[in-house]
Amino acid sequence: MIGALIIVFREVIEAGIIVGIVMAVTQGVRGSRLMAGAGVAAGVVGASLVAAFAGVLASALNGVGQELFNASILSLAVCMLAWHNIWMASHGRQLAAEARQLGQEVRSGARSLFALAIVVAVAVMREGSEVALFLYGLVAAGGTTASDLLVGSALGLAAGVAVSAVTYFGLVTIPPRRLFAVTTGLITFLAAGLAAQAANFLQQAGLATAMSDTAWDTSAILSDTSLFGRVLHTLIGYSDQPSVLQVVVYAVTLAAIFALTKAFAPRTITRPPQTPLAQNG
Amino acid sequence: MRNCSLLSAIGLTIAVAAGAAAPTLADDAAPVQITLKDHKFDPAETTVAAGKPIVIQLANQDATPAEFESKELRVEKVVAGGGSITVKVRALKPGRYRFFDDYHEATTQGFLVAQ
Repeated sequence: MIGALIIVFREVIEAGIIVGIVMAVTQGVRGSRLMAGAGVAAGVVGASLVAAFAGVLASALNGVGQELFNASILSLAVCMLAWHNIWMASHGRQLAAEARQLGQEVRSGARSLFALAIVVAVAVMREGSEVALFLYGLVAAGGTTASDLLVGSALGLAAGVAVSAVTYFGLVTIPPRRLFAVTTGLITFLAAGLAAQAANFLQQAGLATAMSDTAWDTSAILSDTSLFGRVLHTLIGYSDQPSVLQVVVYAVTLAAIFALTKAFAPRTITRPPQTPLAQNG
Repeated sequence: MRNCSLLSAIGLTIAVAAGAAAPTLADDAAPVQITLKDHKFDPAETTVAAGKPIVIQLANQDATPAEFESKELRVEKVVAGGGSITVKVRALKPGRYRFFDDYHEATTQGFLVAQ
């Protein structure tokens, strides 16, 4: 039972953290709960489909279907996170300050929510398909221990949901003004980590063959399969044996999103303050 | 966001096209054949040439799915029950590389020895 608990928990922890971050980012925005719920639901459906057609997917596209699929959905998530950050940088401050009621902004807000719903769906689908396959294996293997293992899996899932809750409640205790900066940073690192994972799938598919050497090996110091390593893996993309390509992709993604977010941010400093009290934005 | 979706679509198209073209760049060495049966890898240890890219073909003869994984080889791929997968591995430095089934990590493992 403990084994099943650990395996399921390990798989859902990444999705749990991402869902927690997204919910904190969109906290208070109308429709955000619905968005998160829809993202999770779409992810669960997607995960079941991916698990059910795992054999088909693996043999698709000359045997690299699984890698290309993973690389594609990870890239989509990176793109959505980057877009969200840039959009928030250019509109978010005003939205937070104003009442979020003007038609244009509500529409834009809904689009931003949609982008994050995709991120949630991708995260749940990626991790969820592995859980679904693992559970299928348990059921298919049958035997007297199956129910015991299912209980373990349910507890593992509950623990993953708890991680999500801890992430969310941890983030929302940050004062709103700081929260914006914190989540912008978190999303940037999150996106860079996902981009590095996508690069790994392209290498595994044999599509990216350059820079395949291992950049460093810190598995003896902090294994990325340990609990803390996994949390760091999700939050900042920590990997104990990355390829050089992964490191390069990580750095480029990080720099690009930071630069774009900065470039699209309104220059509040050069603008004359409207009231003496409104300067600290 | 439209631009973003467009970019993703283009990226996917290029990736798919590249995927379709990839096998024409024939791999020189014969693939390493590994079988998974009763949650055991056979052979449990295979020797491969160091310094050359490797292709592993894994046939899962169990009814249950497995996740072929190795941190050292940087591989992570699901194989359905009764299914088989192909995994490409970079040119390896001499050494002993561990792989395992992520769903049964403690008991289901094997090694690739590059020399």
